[in-house]
Amino acid sequence: MIEITGFIALYIFLLAAFTGYEVIARVPVILHTPLMSGSNFIHGIVLVGAMVALGHAETPLELTIGFVGTVLAAGNAVGGWVVTERMLEMFKSSREEKKHV
Amino acid sequence: MFDALWLVEASYFIAAALFIIGLKRMASPKTARDGIVWAGAAMVLATLVTFMYPGMSNYLLIIVAIAIGGGLAWITGKRVQMTAMPQMIALYNGMGGGAAAAIAAVELFKGGDHSLAFMVLAVLGGVIGSIAFSGSLIAFAKLQGWLNKSIRLPGQHIFNALLGVVIIVLGASIVMGNDSHLMVSMFFVSSLVLGITITIPIGGADMPVVISLYNALTGLAVAFEGFVIGNAAMIIAGTVVGAAGTLLTQLMAKAMNRSLANVLFSGFGDTGGTDTGAASGTMKEIEDGDAGVAMAYAKKVIIIPGYGMAVAQAQHKVWELTQQLTQRGVQVKFAIHPVAGRMPGHMNVLLAEAGVPYDLIFDLEEINSEFASADVALVIGANDVVNPAARNNPASPIFGMPILDSDKAAQVIVIKRGKGTGFSGIENELFFLDNCRMLYGDGQEAAARLVAAVKAS
Repeated sequence: MIEITGFIALYIFLLAAFTGYEVIARVPVILHTPLMSGSNFIHGIVLVGAMVALGHAETPLELTIGFVGTVLAAGNAVGGWVVTERMLEMFKSSREEKKHV
Repeated sequence: MFDALWLVEASYFIAAALFIIGLKRMASPKTARDGIVWAGAAMVLATLVTFMYPGMSNYLLIIVAIAIGGGLAWITGKRVQMTAMPQMIALYNGMGGGAAAAIAAVELFKGGDHSLAFMVLAVLGGVIGSIAFSGSLIAFAKLQGWLNKSIRLPGQHIFNALLGVVIIVLGASIVMGNDSHLMVSMFFVSSLVLGITITIPIGGADMPVVISLYNALTGLAVAFEGFVIGNAAMIIAGTVVGAAGTLLTQLMAKAMNRSLANVLFSGFGDTGGTDTGAASGTMKEIEDGDAGVAMAYAKKVIIIPGYGMAVAQAQHKVWELTQQLTQRGVQVKFAIHPVAGRMPGHMNVLLAEAGVPYDLIFDLEEINSEFASADVALVIGANDVVNPAARNNPASPIFGMPILDSDKAAQVIVIKRGKGTGFSGIENELFFLDNCRMLYGDGQEAAARLVAAVKAS
């Protein structure tokens, strides 16, 4: 575990927040639904944290909560990816459409 | 230096970079598909290296948990209909919020000496994750039709405010070191209840904005818990989603002509006028053949699809009609209102499913000036979003909402099930205009009749 101390964490928050804002700004409405779904998938990274929490759990209470957390996190990551991929897979321009015909 | 931990941290760093690149690519239709592939690769990498994290045990439990959660989500995600996409996003998002809250719970139940920042962020992530979890489940149940009514109790705002104070007091005393199991349990139970009581009064039409908000909140909770367990990938990915989600929520609220506060604290229909419009004149019907000729010999046709088209599963027939017209040299464009479908962009997904290329599809701002040069505007399954009352009747509940100016086309053809008013109960002035003709029938069957009529003419 690397030590992330107060101010380093603040800098990470700051830069990541601006990154998120800039990446999404000026996105066309047509992508709002898939993009929400895509960002929903990305916070599925919580799976990594849930695995670490369960991996270090000791008492039955910690084990139970850690297990539930990992099930939920895996659902977030996998479900988020499947539905986003299904939606984005369908977006084609008319040039690609003609290629398929 | 190059030990297991180094490999884990290096992989997390690569994963965080890939998430940002993936999200950036998802923001444009040309590159969106490989954006999700990049982000998916990042997730697989991060998950696999976590097994090498130092000091881990319970590997079997971890694998079983991932198999259960991942397996169920894979099956449901593959099977869900495109029309049901908004509630599935809510469900998966709620699971993420729940997972963040679970991490907080494990760490708080463990106790021990921690820094102030650790305790504050663990508690904040816990409350935010819990609210996103239970709130998203309510949003899912509402959109799925399991929970139809917007339940409004007298004094609910006061109840929520009191519950909020209770949560702050509990959270503050946990941070101060009073972290008995009873306190921590009460803290999480109160947070889960608050998520339910905030979400239950909100109407189905506003739900997409709420889902988007909870998506941003889950991102924030994940970032906070990332700090708690010392995981930079979670901090970065969670914060990026928190910021992107907040912006997306604002864009959606703006597209629906509502403010976020308005969505959260008042039900739809509580504000605005009550004049449902007086019908003057008569609605004029059109024969299939005449409608077919009008479209077949037009130069430009603009199609305005609404959620009714998706419910009738008519999008495939509409695309067939489009192909017929295009073959005859007619220019066909689709005009999408921001609130067509169940959330902004949902209609684009439904049209894409039928095979309509995205470059034929236009937003309200892009297409509104083109109606004046269109020979035919075909409205299918849409109602309020083409009602001129939004422009010219200040007493109408929808006054001020941006609409598609279909009435400016030379001729308007409206496919409609029957003569009644739509979902909102507002009379549509468009249907009584001189240049408007009604084509009655179920969306899919009426579109099929139009295809046949265009072929014949």
